[in-house]
Amino acid sequence: MTPIILQVRNLKKYFPVRANLFSREQKFVHAVDDISFNVTKGRTLGIVGESGCGKSTTARLIANLMPADSGAIIFNGEGVGEIGGLELKSFRKKLQMVFQDSFASLNPRLTISETISYGPMVHDTSKEDAHLQAHDLLAKVGLDPDLFASRYPHELSGGQRQRVNIARALAFNPEVVILDEAVAALDKSVQAQVLNLLQDLKAEFELTYLFISHDLHVVHYISDDVMVMYLGQIVEMGPVEQVYSEAAHPYTRALLSAIPSMDPAHRTQKSPITGDPPNPIHPPSGCRFHDRCEHARAICASLVPALMPVQSSHVVACHMNHPSSGYETSGSDVQYASAGATR
Amino acid sequence: MSSRARISGRSYWFVVFHQLKHEPVALFSALLLLLIFLAAIFAPWLAPSDPYATSMIHRLQPIGSPDHLLGTDELGRDMLSRLMFGGRLSLLMGVAPVFMAFVIGTSIGLFAGYVGGKINMIIMRMLDVFYAFPSVLLAVAISGALGPGMMNSLFALTLVFIPQLVRVAESVTTQVRKLDYIEAARMSGARSFSIIRVHVLGNVLGPVFVYATGLLSVSMILGSGLSFLGLGVKPPEPEWGLMLNTLRSAIFKEPLIAALPGAMIFVTSIAFNLLADGVRSAMDIKR
Amino acid sequence: MFFYVLRRLLYAIPIALGVTLISFLLVYLAPGDPLNAIAPSDAPAETIAALKVAYGLDKPLPMQYGLWLLRAVQGDLGVSIASGRPVAAEVLTAVRNTLVLAGIAGAIGIFFGCLLGALAGYWHGSWIDRIATFLSVIGVSVPHYWLGMVLTIIFSTWLAWFPAMGAGPGGSAEWLWDYAHMRHLVLPAITLCVIPLGIITRTVRALVADMLDQEFVIALRARGLSNATIFKHVAKNTAPTVLAVSGLQLGYLMGGSILVETVFAWPGTGFLLNTAIFQRDIPVLQGTILILCMFFVALNLIVDIIQPLIDPRMARA
Repeated sequence: MTPIILQVRNLKKYFPVRANLFSREQKFVHAVDDISFNVTKGRTLGIVGESGCGKSTTARLIANLMPADSGAIIFNGEGVGEIGGLELKSFRKKLQMVFQDSFASLNPRLTISETISYGPMVHDTSKEDAHLQAHDLLAKVGLDPDLFASRYPHELSGGQRQRVNIARALAFNPEVVILDEAVAALDKSVQAQVLNLLQDLKAEFELTYLFISHDLHVVHYISDDVMVMYLGQIVEMGPVEQVYSEAAHPYTRALLSAIPSMDPAHRTQKSPITGDPPNPIHPPSGCRFHDRCEHARAICASLVPALMPVQSSHVVACHMNHPSSGYETSGSDVQYASAGATR
Repeated sequence: MSSRARISGRSYWFVVFHQLKHEPVALFSALLLLLIFLAAIFAPWLAPSDPYATSMIHRLQPIGSPDHLLGTDELGRDMLSRLMFGGRLSLLMGVAPVFMAFVIGTSIGLFAGYVGGKINMIIMRMLDVFYAFPSVLLAVAISGALGPGMMNSLFALTLVFIPQLVRVAESVTTQVRKLDYIEAARMSGARSFSIIRVHVLGNVLGPVFVYATGLLSVSMILGSGLSFLGLGVKPPEPEWGLMLNTLRSAIFKEPLIAALPGAMIFVTSIAFNLLADGVRSAMDIKR
Repeated sequence: MFFYVLRRLLYAIPIALGVTLISFLLVYLAPGDPLNAIAPSDAPAETIAALKVAYGLDKPLPMQYGLWLLRAVQGDLGVSIASGRPVAAEVLTAVRNTLVLAGIAGAIGIFFGCLLGALAGYWHGSWIDRIATFLSVIGVSVPHYWLGMVLTIIFSTWLAWFPAMGAGPGGSAEWLWDYAHMRHLVLPAITLCVIPLGIITRTVRALVADMLDQEFVIALRARGLSNATIFKHVAKNTAPTVLAVSGLQLGYLMGGSILVETVFAWPGTGFLLNTAIFQRDIPVLQGTILILCMFFVALNLIVDIIQPLIDPRMARA
């Protein structure tokens, strides 16, 4: 059994929204609503879902870029930021993040080597050492240090900039790297190069990745495990091959069938999922997917499904997959139930 | 390969300066300003005569008089010398309040923008009150209440510009703060002070600087205006605005001389504005 | 929309209160005992004592402010030291004259600014654009008190077309809309209109040039719409910004007129303010500033409220 490097426990984040000046009622966007999962050392966990499902918020919560409302992050058995646990500053060194916008994530006023060496210098590395290390790292991410070290971000292409961002993350010698849509803004050909680079670096530096993406092809390519999120909750999680071939949740199946097929014999005939995700201020009762789900029955609108295993490490939150849930005996009259339950 | 290596490694300010060299109007303005500043700074050595020496028999000599190239004023003092000496205080009125407001305003704006939230809101709402005063009125009100005097008008002008610069600095800081590179810097575990110094300041300074250069001419016109009203520099000190005021009695006899100090303010202020425009467009390059 | 107006109103209240506070504190900015600022320096001791009680100067500062505010709201701004007349009456006459001057100057500046700016923006890069740019640089760079002097020299001294001083024949302070008075208005109004003219030309030029590059305008052109229709679309989209800038400029004119009024001896607030400063007539100074700023706050409020009527997006922001 490989060790678990990162545990996420009951993480929650609600963003307050103000309807108008005179409404006393405080409303919240349920961005991340009570999620728990483990990340195994040396594996890549892909996180997928539609935009607005809470993927990026999850990443920012784990990275401590915003405070969680509740929940815990446990790194190598130590609670992050807890008394007697792991100090935030040391945690920063062990977990790094690469952002989607390669340009916005580089300070336009700093040269490439200044950007990379800033972090280590914060952690008391001398300026000379930090710059030497920056040169090494540039070479590692496939950029000639002599050519790039003293350049400014605007003089680089998107792919080159993203390599710099990766080098900056690696400068801390981290154990976990969160890649938040890190290749989404790149051209397909550049994307492939960067993905291969990430694979190589992972082996070389013994990294663990959290790979957040809306692109199911890319997730399939790079991940060992995959986690599917819908409206701030986990609906399905498991080894990537198993989830892709035997998706148990209707939402995962819908997502997967929405991938344009390369095979003309398998043209997508109809849209597997209709409408927009519901308003996250008032998420549907019961299973949050029930109002878009073709298999929904009355029980789906009233009872929240728990994450339960279908196979050893493959879990899913859907009544349909769990014989004891009462789904089989539930009436199909979902309209009535949901009309009463949702506002 | 060598040409690519040459492009690389040019800092932002270097590029801006380089860009500015290709703007003839801005370059000419800068040269003109340099000339005016040098004449003012070295007035004690350059001026042909004593700017305070009055002469009742040589009052209001016309421009081109043998001893007085630009004539004499209503008390017979040499205009050229007075204009050169006058530049010292008038230029000071243009530069000093903007500089002080730039330092103070940027600090407050950076702080407010970086901290954000309620503290930011309180600071900005307080400054909105100052915004409710038209700037001329505020300057006149403060220096009017304080009484005439150059220090009082410098103080008044600084106070007028601070809210404007705070607002610019705050809005740029708020924009910059949301960018991913600030998040990335926070991921490194750096302290806020280090992040502000290394990552925020450098990116906020540019836009605030552009705005401040645009204020130079406003400051000089306002500062000389206060002296024109009798609220700034006191006679017999030479200062363009004050000279314009005391020469008002001469507009029938020697209108050209009477208009001369104002022409100096006008020329300097145009040069300030054209230079500011040049700096603005030079800094507008896609970083 | 209703909530928007209400929000704007609520927002204007603390600003207005802040303005009153600063105006109130002006007395304390003045060097020496605030009493010196209120009472004539040669007043007998019992008068001073009476004044002290009358103005509540024996009470703590916040209370003094409260009492002063209460009086100010009722229209009592104190008594002028110089003339002995109520400040409110003096200021209101002056405000009327300033409004006439600033209003006319503003109207000229806004009208020609929009015209020039629109032409310059439409024929971006042409000779008319260059002239407009040149004029707007001059407009924002010229010390208007000097421009006033130059205009006086040319049109009063040399050409003798217009009078140089006052608001009417024989130094009349009472404004009338007749030919004799209008002649007095010409030079100050032209002098004062230069600032908004420059700024509005600049704004409109940039807006129009930018708008014509927008995809929706290109799409309109591609559909073969006439220039007049395109102009209507452009005007509709630039109007809110132009309105906001114009409102602000109109307010600045009321303050900026101080210097021009001094040059032309125009009997407005600037002139009053200037006299008050040199007679150390602090109640008049305070009252004038307060009333002018209240006008400015009200003007901003009106602009804020009109804007979403032109551009409905604003109300939701």
